[in-house]
Formats: sequence, C-alpha cells, structure tokens
Amino acid sequence: MPRRLKPHPVTVALPALDSPHWQSPLRAFALGMSSVASTVLTLVLFATYLGIGALAHDSQFSLGWVLGSTLLVWAGPAQIILISTLGSGATAVQAAIAVTVSAIRLFPMVVSVLPLMRTPKTRRRHLLLATHFIAVTLWVECYRLLPQVPRERRIAFTHGLGCGLVTVCMVATTLGYGLAANLPPLFAAAILLLTPLAFLLSTARNCRQISDVLALALGLALFPLVSMLHTGVDILISGITAGTIAYGVHWWRERARA
Amino acid sequence: MSEFFGSPHALLVLVLAGFLPNEVWRMAGLWFGAGVDEGSEILVWVRAVATAILAGVIAQILVQPPGALAGVPDWLRYGAVAAGFAAFMLTRRSIFAGVVGGEIALVAGKWWLG
Repeated sequence: MPRRLKPHPVTVALPALDSPHWQSPLRAFALGMSSVASTVLTLVLFATYLGIGALAHDSQFSLGWVLGSTLLVWAGPAQIILISTLGSGATAVQAAIAVTVSAIRLFPMVVSVLPLMRTPKTRRRHLLLATHFIAVTLWVECYRLLPQVPRERRIAFTHGLGCGLVTVCMVATTLGYGLAANLPPLFAAAILLLTPLAFLLSTARNCRQISDVLALALGLALFPLVSMLHTGVDILISGITAGTIAYGVHWWRERARA
Repeated sequence: MSEFFGSPHALLVLVLAGFLPNEVWRMAGLWFGAGVDEGSEILVWVRAVATAILAGVIAQILVQPPGALAGVPDWLRYGAVAAGFAAFMLTRRSIFAGVVGGEIALVAGKWWLG
C-alpha cells in the first residue's frame, strides 16, 4: 500500500537517513516528539479535544475521568460516543457496544501501519505501545514521516510522536473542560462541530480507491435511514451494509477490467 | 483526589465500556495483522466497512447532536458541513481550509439567526 501513496508535498526537516543523529533511540524519540509541530492535524486534534473536554464537563464527568479516557481510549469518535451515550443515561453495556463498533476501523489501520515499523528482529511486545497510539492522526503521519526515518529507529520515533500528540491532547482536554462553564453556547457548538468536520475531511483525504469513496458517501447516507429503526447497533448495520456494497462495486469493477 | 477522578464506579465503567472495547481492535490488529497481506481483498473489504462505520459516527453526531450542538437548527448543521466540504474541495483538499470554512458558515448562520 505505501507504494501507491503519492509523496506528501510538505517536506519535514528531519536528518538524512544516514545521519549520526539517528544513532541514539532517545534522539529518535525526541525527533518524533518535535514532529508534532510539523502538521496542521495537531491543530485539528487540539480543537477536537477542546470539544471532548467541554462535552465531558457538560455531561457531568470529572476532569480525571475525561483525562483518563484521553490516555486510555485515545480515539476521538469513541470518546465522544462514550461520553454522549453514558451522559444520556444509556447502560455501560450499550455504551461498550457503541464504542467497539466505532473502533473496528482501528483494525485495518494497525494492520497497514505496523509493517512500516517491523524489522526481522522486532518482537510483538516491542510494538505494543506504538499500536496503542494508532488512531487516524498517527496513521496519516506515519505514512508521511516514517519513510524519512531509518527502519531500526521507527518504533522509537513513533513512541515520541505518540507521546507528543497525547500530551497536546491532554492539555486541550483540560482547557476545554475548564472553559466549558464559561463558554458562550455558540462557541461550544462550534467546537463540537469540529469533530465531524475534521473526521469527514481527513477520511475524504485518505480515500485511495473507489471503494473508500463509496463507503464514505454511502455510510453517511445510510445512517440516518437505519437510525429510524432504533436497534441500538444502528452504526454497525449501516456501516457493514454500506462497506459491503462499496466493496461489491470494487470487486465488480476489478472483474470487469480483468 | 476523589474529586479529581470521581467515583471508582465511573472509572470502572471507563475501563470496561471505553478502554477495553476500543483497545481490543488495536490488539487484534497486532496479533492477527502479521498474517494479513496488505493488498489482500479481505483488507479492502475491512477498510471499506471501517470507513463506512466512521461515516456513520460522523452522521450520528450531525443527526443526533450532543451538548450545545443540539441548539443549532438541523439545516444549519448540515449546511455548515456542506460548506466545509466545498471549501475543502476548492482548495485542493486542504483539511484546514475545510474546517475553517465549515466553522465560519456555522458561526455566521447562528449569528444571522440571532
């Protein structure tokens, strides 16, 4: 898959692959951490977590609880779903189902990113923390940055990138939580709109094949219809249906071409 | 400290309903991913389903808005996202321009409504 990706137009000031800077894993970690400043996605993530902090405050969760969710869950949509379902009085089981459905998308992300970090000597446990950090932002940034990092330093670099992003988001969560009480309703609404906007656009940007574009469009269109059924697993039903139709079109086109 | 973290019950719910159901998919990718060929057909399907599920999450926030977003009329929420998407397409897929465009449409629309 990386072969099909076009090189990103923005070049980052990372040392050359054969530079002595890469000899120390600690230095690679620091370079990963400072790469957080090189992407506009950090800004989008910051704003998203302002919104999550504000939402948690309005839904009467404690600051420690929402910070714990940022650290442990580390996935914007899952956190919003968790807070809004629990906040609206749903049971923990209903919330867990909604969260796990939204998290299925992490599986293909992990599967496609980890080969970029593996070396013949890499054990599974070495990848444990890097795997936890994988969410849409890190996934996009790994494709952009890892080709500029020597393979044996990529895990350390990803750890730095992940720690940097988590730190930024912990600060944003705290700020959003503190601001929520004093925020005019219009600003609170604007911050909450950031999440669907940012996720829609970053997903649209990552569409590589006709099946991705169709899955996005059909998924958006089908959910409002399926949600009228009030099944409790509406997102799962609309997602699997739309995704399978999109895959079917891809399969049919490939066959027609062959 | 108890005020910072809230009740132990709430933290247990965070782990059982938030952390574990989310993390299980990352760990599944780590455990079973090595055997999956990156270009395989099954992965094209999984990615299409994952994208459609994320689209559903986006649609859910817009159709059943949380918190203060519920105070914005339906047509304005949809219109603001459409405006953001238009700005994104017009700027050769700049996420930043799209986000700013959508936010301006929301704030302007709400301000105009009074």
